Amino acid sequence: MKQHLMTKGLVAAVVAAGVFASVAYAADGITVVSWGGAYQESQRKTIFEPYAAKTGVAVKEEEYTGEVAKIRAMVESGTVSWDVISVDTPTALQGCDEGVLEVLDYSRIVDKAKILPGAALECAIGSDVYATVFAYNTTKFAEGPTTIADFFDLEKFPGKRGMQKNPMNNLEWALIADGVEKDKVYEVLGTPEGVDRAFAKLDTIKSQVVWWEAGAQPPQLLADGEVVMSTAWNGRIANAIKEGAPLKIVWDAQAPDLDMWAIAKGTPNLDQAYDFLAYASTPEVQKDLAPMIPYGPTHIDAVALVEPELAKTLPTHPDNLALAYPFSAEFWGDNMEELRGRLNTWLAQ
Amino acid sequence: MSVTTSPLLQGSLKARLRRAERVQRLRAIGLVAPLFIFILITFVVPIIILMTRSVDNPEVAENLPLTMAALSDWDATTLPDEAVFAALVEDLKTAQASRNTGLVGKRLNYEISGARSKLLQAGRAAEKMTAGPYKEQFLELDDLWGKVETWQVIQRAGEKITSFYLLKSLDLQRGVDGAIVQVSPDQRLFVDVFIRTLGISTMVTVATLLLGFPLAYILATLPVRHSNLLMIFVLLPFWTSLLVRTTAWVVVLQTEGPINDLLLWTGLTDERLQLIFSRFGTIVAMTHIQLPFTLLPIYSVMKTISPNYVRAARSLGSGPFHAFWTIYFPQTMPGIAAGCLLTFILCLGYYITPALVGGPTDQMISYFVALYTNRELNWGQASALGGILLLATLVLYAVYNRLVGIDKMKLG
Repeated sequence: MKQHLMTKGLVAAVVAAGVFASVAYAADGITVVSWGGAYQESQRKTIFEPYAAKTGVAVKEEEYTGEVAKIRAMVESGTVSWDVISVDTPTALQGCDEGVLEVLDYSRIVDKAKILPGAALECAIGSDVYATVFAYNTTKFAEGPTTIADFFDLEKFPGKRGMQKNPMNNLEWALIADGVEKDKVYEVLGTPEGVDRAFAKLDTIKSQVVWWEAGAQPPQLLADGEVVMSTAWNGRIANAIKEGAPLKIVWDAQAPDLDMWAIAKGTPNLDQAYDFLAYASTPEVQKDLAPMIPYGPTHIDAVALVEPELAKTLPTHPDNLALAYPFSAEFWGDNMEELRGRLNTWLAQ
Repeated sequence: MSVTTSPLLQGSLKARLRRAERVQRLRAIGLVAPLFIFILITFVVPIIILMTRSVDNPEVAENLPLTMAALSDWDATTLPDEAVFAALVEDLKTAQASRNTGLVGKRLNYEISGARSKLLQAGRAAEKMTAGPYKEQFLELDDLWGKVETWQVIQRAGEKITSFYLLKSLDLQRGVDGAIVQVSPDQRLFVDVFIRTLGISTMVTVATLLLGFPLAYILATLPVRHSNLLMIFVLLPFWTSLLVRTTAWVVVLQTEGPINDLLLWTGLTDERLQLIFSRFGTIVAMTHIQLPFTLLPIYSVMKTISPNYVRAARSLGSGPFHAFWTIYFPQTMPGIAAGCLLTFILCLGYYITPALVGGPTDQMISYFVALYTNRELNWGQASALGGILLLATLVLYAVYNRLVGIDKMKLG
């Protein structure tokens, strides 16, 4: 215990010396951390810049690829320099359980009843609905893939595939492609045999997979011809198509999930962070994101404000939603670490 | 008079000399002190913290203190009694309040898959429990609590110092009876990765030597006018950011990239080769980046070798290759030794280049250190891997010292 405290103290001392400057800087603004690429670009135009213009509070941006470790390092050493963080749902649940995210007081943000069901969590509030889908390069096939089973079919659709270096969605897709019904997928995946079955299916395409980590990679890999199809976040592909890339989204077995805003525990700018969340959760602000990147709003009033033509490209459109499998953030909140460990071992073998 | 003053004078002279020396020494220490303190704070202290992290095991001990105390006289063969379960409920209530149940669950999850969610579930249930017998309530909650192994793991995980992470780094674990056994085959990983790390580093070192030695020779023997120009070609990439050079290789090696275009155009291959995301790409890119590190020490040693030795050998009747091999080459050894050691040790720590141009089976140990630090949040494991890499490096260094002799090395 003593030893541990001493270690902590030393870490804190060393870290504090380094971050002192940045903490001092953060005090006269707010630091928002998001996922980079086209997504953060859209957030910048529709949330960060208007917010800064309206309130005069400087918004300092950072990018990450979903590592909770940095938040934990800050919270543990008491030098929190990230205030508001965009997280996915499993991270929101896990971060809440481990006490690195602030428990939200909704009275300071928005009427909880106005937020889509499941989007108002204890430690995070949904900012938009995105989906993990797969997309292909239309120049590579006369007739493109239409189902997730095609993604795993090397004979009908030969060529490299891009997949996220993450077990989430990939294991579900492997099972669905292997014949498991979409609404039974977690029943199967919850058993050791189910996990083995998913990995066995992944084994069949392992040699042809290029693994991506940052969301900006899949459109790049597809456009470069490095892969013929890739899993991706729908907005990234949609924006690449807008820029003229010959890509097409396949909505079959899409996995809709939420991007969420969370506050790092112990931030010195707590009031400012709440103010930012309240602003970002208004329907007027939310409705502007979809035209920039096709991610749906979470505020019920904002849903009605999205143009019908545009709504068709959102994961939440009934036609697209009908193809989805019921993604479970709870499952991943509980099993992420274990399955990610398994995936990494499997990858390196 | 003179008899008495002489020793006094001598004494004061000695004292003055000593004082002068002391001032000199203090001045020298004063000059070295900033560097010394800098190294201490930025290098030695973090390494010590890293080492302690790899055996530090506070999660269970700190958050389940009552349970650990109750378990201290448990026989480890039958299911613990009510007292232990009662202590666990108390501990979980405290842990729930401070939101630490997740941490305990995470720690246990390393050894029992799925333990994290079951512990969170137990934590929520414990909050609502008001009266015993707690044992039955827990047994009803989940099978986990009815297994003797679970409690053995909790007891082991509750020790403040653990060998768990270090053993895991060598694909080992403690079996049911506490004996050290190998982990199951589908989890074996790190021994392979360590071997891979050494293998890639060796290959890159050899490649840089094969490419660097002739180049260094040309540079050292050409007239300055030409050698300067060549030197710039060597140094220009050396001055460029590692990330830029690695990304350049991504562009060059990609499937639709210029090398593949050229190979197709010349008809050497019929289809595009997988150059990137492979071992080949990793070694090519790393060799390119490491080349100056091997080349420069060899070059600077070659510059100091007088051409007269080889001339003398030739004039005494030695053939050109024989003269080179027996006279010139041995004199370059200090440079080769320094360059190769430098490259080899730098290679051991490579992270970004294999991550960008390598495939999943080309990742070296640093990748896993980063993975455990940033993604898995398992800093114990990251520290253990780092510690073992450091140890392996020191051992190799010692062996190298025995074989080559560090005092014989020359960086220039």
